[in-house]
Parts: sequence; structure tokens; C-alpha cells
Amino acid sequence: MQTVVEIENLTKDYEVGFWKKKKVRALDSLTLDVAGGQIFGFLGGNGAGKTTTIKILMSLIFATEGRARILGEDISNVAMRRRIGYCPENPYFYDYLKASELMLYFGELFGLDKAKSRQKCEELLTKVGLAEKDWNKQLRKFSKGMLQRVGLAQALINDPEIVFLDEPMSGLDPIGRREIRELIAGLREKGTTVFMSTHILSDIEALCDNVAILRHGRLAATGKLDELLSDAGETQSFEINVKGVAADALRADLAHIAGATVAAKPSGANIQVSDERDVDRVLEITRAHGGRLVNVQPVRQSLEELFVRETG
Amino acid sequence: MSTQPANPEAVLQSTFFGRILTIARNTFREAVRDRVLYNLVLFVLLITASAIFLGELTAGQEARTIVNLGLGAVLLFGAFIAIFVGVSLVSKEIEKRTVYAIFSKPIGRAEFILGKYFGLCLTLLVNVLVMGVGVTLAILYVGGRELALTIWGAIFLIYLELAILTAVAILFSSFSSPALSALLSFFVFVIGHFSASLNELAKNLGSAAAVYFFRAIYYLLPNLSNFTFRTETAHGLAPPAAMLAGATAYAVVYVAILLIVTILVFSRRNFK
Ligand SMILES: Nc1ncnc2c1ncn2[C@@H]1O[C@H](COP(=O)(O)OP(=O)(O)OP(=O)(O)O)[C@@H](O)[C@H]1O
Ligand SMILES: [Mg+2]
Repeated sequence: MQTVVEIENLTKDYEVGFWKKKKVRALDSLTLDVAGGQIFGFLGGNGAGKTTTIKILMSLIFATEGRARILGEDISNVAMRRRIGYCPENPYFYDYLKASELMLYFGELFGLDKAKSRQKCEELLTKVGLAEKDWNKQLRKFSKGMLQRVGLAQALINDPEIVFLDEPMSGLDPIGRREIRELIAGLREKGTTVFMSTHILSDIEALCDNVAILRHGRLAATGKLDELLSDAGETQSFEINVKGVAADALRADLAHIAGATVAAKPSGANIQVSDERDVDRVLEITRAHGGRLVNVQPVRQSLEELFVRETG
Repeated sequence: MSTQPANPEAVLQSTFFGRILTIARNTFREAVRDRVLYNLVLFVLLITASAIFLGELTAGQEARTIVNLGLGAVLLFGAFIAIFVGVSLVSKEIEKRTVYAIFSKPIGRAEFILGKYFGLCLTLLVNVLVMGVGVTLAILYVGGRELALTIWGAIFLIYLELAILTAVAILFSSFSSPALSALLSFFVFVIGHFSASLNELAKNLGSAAAVYFFRAIYYLLPNLSNFTFRTETAHGLAPPAAMLAGATAYAVVYVAILLIVTILVFSRRNFK
């Protein structure tokens, strides 16, 4: 697959302070290639430099060093932006416009004709799950999640070949997250490349083909998600939920099982073991204390572990 | 009737001027919805009240006074909008981060500045026209028929002055805070009206440093006395064609320079 984003040695120093300008390195020689036709996860903890990278790609801020190309064109090329979409982190739009007016305005900036704009506006606002009664409401009256949905809709008005989403799930309720997840998966099916930053692990697992993990402005790891996970030495552990017994009562006995942890829960306790064979022993101990089993389930903490290790 | 182009890119055909126009129209819409035109209500009240009040006194000077007062008010109301809306025009978009979605689209920074500028000029045009009509009606009310048309030359000059002032406000706001920009623009407005006298002052000063200082201000700041024709208008004179042409040329060149500098500054700006 063709490379659609090429980032070369990208470095960004922010200048802070009024009199004595101090430089803060937010991004440190980032080099990264992203192939088209996939959902690419751009991961990293708070302050890792994800937003900084995306803003440089959108030419909203300028890199201190390095270059980047999108769809084969240098990022300074204004015409190239006809072919891309962008939803900023916590997007904010004109207070005085209605959602539909904003969409038509942006459509017009792209040179879409009125009819086409109106059609895209309806199609996209429906797709992002914005209730029809809110289409003609002023954006100043929108909640955070509603603005997020409008942000996603406007990013797609020009049928972009690649779309950059900075924390697309932020502020969304559970239904909204599912809808947007489906929307993003649908984009890939249409052949649109999605470059998204996030730290919601379940979204990454559900959506991303490849990921890059940033740590303190540097690239910590990149590659296929499955491969990164198997490198991380995926270990299957189990979670046992019991009730009718206090966590403290179990603690002394469970100390004999290597790697077992206990946490108190409102109605009982949650026990984790790292070996399948320990599950029976935990149950015996629980019963001995008068507790009952609620459920046993395997946990995949691999991605979380990977995340913690690479971003910590 | 043309057929739908097969290539989706062909649909996306906004032009340089088209985009500027779109941004300008949106800027005008913003001004209207932010109630910038409400000041017109105040203006109409003011001019009506003074017309009625002056109509009671029959000193034979009513029309002249209306012209002086009315044109002064047009300038002040217009300057108020040019400065306060002008300085927030761009800075508000940066502060509220609405520029993020704009500049990820095929919009050049120059197009944005030009669109914003012309949008505010359009707002000012509507304002000045309505105020001009208000003054004209007040003049007719007090029976000064011969002055009713004459004032429009002076109103045109006021509009040119406001166009310069708007460009000044946008330039300042492209690198400093809205409050400081408003203050600086206000200084330019006041000093600009005295800049000719500053040059005189410089000539009469002994110290060479003072001469250079005042001369620098004289050449740097817009000479706004080029656009003042109020007293003459009140005496029934219309600005001569040469003056109108000269003032127009001066305004166009001055605005062009200011906008170019603004674009250069704004193009280097990081949106944090
Ligand atoms: N305008 C700014 N001025 C100074 N420093 C900044 C600015 N914006 C970001 N930074 C710094 O740059 C670093 C990277 O920030 P960035 O916003 O890119 O992180 P992020 O990965 O998007 O984090 P998050 O997950 O919290 O959104 C941080 O250390 C931050 O403090
Ligand atoms: Mg961020």
C-alpha cells in the first residue's frame, strides 16, 4: 500500500515564558511513515506530543526542524488540503452559527455547490448521530459531545482521502462511542485512511491496524498492533469475582499463590491470578471463607501493559 | 446543462476570490448576529433627538449644526466599530480555536485575512450608509435641502478613513492582545488626525532627535486629515474631485501596505 503520510525528523520546541524565553521540546526527531487504506493509531500518554504532531501536519504550528508530506505533497501545500480532513482535539466552532450553517459554510470553502453541500450536511450529521432537532440549533448551545460529533462531520465534508482525528471519542457517551467507532470502521471500508490519536485502549484494539506509540515526544514503538502485542509477551491472566466474603479475609490465604492479587469490591472481592491452574485454588479458599463465585473471566491486559511500558 | 464530473476533485473548485468572498460573507453574518448593527438604533435616536431639538430653535443654523454633529457621529460610531470589531476579528478566532478547522481546509492565511477585512468593510459600509441616510433625513427635517446631497462626499471620505482604521486594527491584533491593539489603534486614530500639525511642530523644534521622531510619526501613521471635510461641508461645500481621487488613492495604497504586513506577520503565526 502506498505511503500517505511521511514524517521525517520532525522536532518542535515551544517557547514559554514572557521575558526569558525557555524552550520546551514537545516533539523530538519523529520519523514515521503511514501506509494508506488503514486505521492508524497514534498513541501516547498525556503530553506525549500527539496533538503537536497533528497540528504541525495541519500547518497550524510550524516545526522547529524536519519535514512532513501528506499524499506526496509537502504539508505547506494549501491545495493538498482539499484532499484531507481534520477534527481537532475538543473542537470548537462559531458560536453564532447553527450546525447546518457551519457545514454549509465549510462546504462552500471547499467549493462544493449548494445542493451537494446540503446533501453532505444531512448525510454526515445523521452519520455522526446528531439528533435532527439539533441541526438548526446555534453551536453556542451545544454540549461537548455534540460539538465532537459536529467536528467529525465537518472533517468529512469533502470526502477526504485521509482524515486526521485527534481524540475522536473524547466527550462522547457510550452510544456515541459505538456510533463513531462504526463510522471510523466504515471509512476504512470506503478506502479512506484514518490517522487517529487516542488513549482509549478498547478503541485501539477494536479499530487500529497499525500503531505508533509516542513517549515524551519520541517514537517509542511502531508496527502492526498484533505484532507489538505478541512482542510484549502476552500472558493470559484470569479475573475471579466472588461475593459473600471480604477481601481482607482472603488476603492471608491468597498470599500463598504466586502472582495473585485481591481487591475489595462493594459486594465481595475481585481476585486476579496469572495462571489458569490457580483458579481452582482461589475458589477453594473462597468457599472455605463462606464466599460464592460470581464469575471467572480471562483478562487481556496486554495492550494496557504495552501502553504502560511504552509510555511510562 | 453540464454533466456531473466523474472525478470528485473536479467538484472541489473553490477559487481564490470565491474563498475570500465566502469568508467575508461569514464575517458580515457574525457581525450582524453579534448585534454590531444595534448601534444604529442609538445613532438614529441621537440624530432624531437633535433634529427635533434644533428644530425648536430657529436660529437659521440648524442644518449646519446637524451636518457637523451628524458627520462627527458617523465618524465616531464607525471608528468604534472599526477598532473594537477589527481587533477581535482575528484574535477571537485564534483564541476560540475556530481557526483550526479553517486552516486545515484549502484556505491560505492571506485569503483568511482578506476575507475578514472585507467582511468588516462590508459591515461598516452598511453602517455608514444607514447613518448617512439618517443624517440626510434629519437635514431635510430641519429644512436644509441644499445640504442633503452635499454631505455624501464627506461621508465617502469618512468611509475611506474607516477602511484604513480597520486595517490598522487588524494589523495590531495580528501580533498583540486585543486590549493593547484597541489602545494602539485608538492612538493612531487620534494622532492620525493631528499628524499634519506634528510635521509643523517638528519643523519648529530645535532638537534634531525631536524632528526625526515627529517626522517618522508623520510618515508612518496615516494622515487622516486627508479625509476630514466636515466644517467645509457644513458651509455647503462638496469635496473637489481631485481631493476625492487623491484620498481614494491614498487609502487604497495605505490599506494594501497594512494588509500585506498583516499577512506576512500572520503567516508566520503558530496557533497554540
Ligand atoms: N502551546 C504550548 N506551549 C507550550 N508548551 C506546549 C504547548 N502545547 C503543548 N505543549 C507541551 O508539548 C507537549 C506535548 O503536548 P501535546 O498537546 O502534543 O500532547 P498530547 O500527546 O496531545 O497530550 P494529550 O493526550 O493530553 O492530548 C507537552 O509537554 C505540553 O506541555
Ligand atoms: Mg492531545
